[in-house]
Amino acid sequence: MLLASPALADSNLPPAYWANRQLPDPQQEAKAEALMAEVRCLVCQGQSIADSDAELAGDMRDLVRRRIAGGEKPSAIRAWLVQRYGTWISYKPTDEPAAWPLWLAPVVLLLIGAWLIRRRIELRSQR
Amino acid sequence: MSRSIRFAPLAVLLLIIVALVWRLATPVDTNVHSKLEGRRVPPFTLATALPGKPTLSSADLATGHPRLVNVFASWCVPCVSEVKVLQELKSRGVSIDGIDIRDRPQDLAGFLARNGDPYERIGGDPQSQVQISLGSSGVPESFIVDGKGIVRYQHIGAIEASDVSLILAKLEQAR
Repeated sequence: MLLASPALADSNLPPAYWANRQLPDPQQEAKAEALMAEVRCLVCQGQSIADSDAELAGDMRDLVRRRIAGGEKPSAIRAWLVQRYGTWISYKPTDEPAAWPLWLAPVVLLLIGAWLIRRRIELRSQR
Repeated sequence: MSRSIRFAPLAVLLLIIVALVWRLATPVDTNVHSKLEGRRVPPFTLATALPGKPTLSSADLATGHPRLVNVFASWCVPCVSEVKVLQELKSRGVSIDGIDIRDRPQDLAGFLARNGDPYERIGGDPQSQVQISLGSSGVPESFIVDGKGIVRYQHIGAIEASDVSLILAKLEQAR
């Protein structure tokens, strides 16, 4: 029996109450869903908790919904999660030094492109 | 432009190959580590996991001596063999508390009956709330909390026999 069970087993308990139920207030539900789409699932690490079927993702959706229903702001919930798991848990890019290449790369590439175009125009006008 | 610019694409290719070989040789650690190391355990009180067994709250983790908090579940396969190692640690004087994730009392009772009970206290966490507040991302994991309630070390995965000396050393450091 033990040999047949998968290493990542699931519990016997049903999902948490708010894991798969929408909040009754549509504005709160919209805020909750916007946040859930930007929180990474810790088990299936390529998905957000909104998409993931993992039990821990369900418990995190329940946590997000209960706190939004309680009046907490999404940014506060995100900060709480980042305090515990690090910035990796949030899909939203930060302004940390590690993320600077992400912000600067489009600018740098545009500048390189502009320089190449200028060179080409100059070479052409020299003929 | 100098003639050696013709070697630029080759240089880029070599860089890419070096990067790929390096990443194959040193794979990324996909474990998510809690950021609470060095910080105080967040306040919590857990429900009774098993009638007759004292439950766990954050106040029980700041008693002046380092404690080992084991995040486990009855449905967690590696937890079964981990219990033997926890018994070994208990026999060496380690105080172990348990946080039981997503379990019914009867499942926990069955697990303890089959495998043994190394825990002084067990708190029930049926919706992973305390697990999330500790920055833990799965079972089994263990946290070493010092006498003042500060998290000193997180061990991801089951504690194996080869980890015993490491755990004992970390507990010594937390004294």
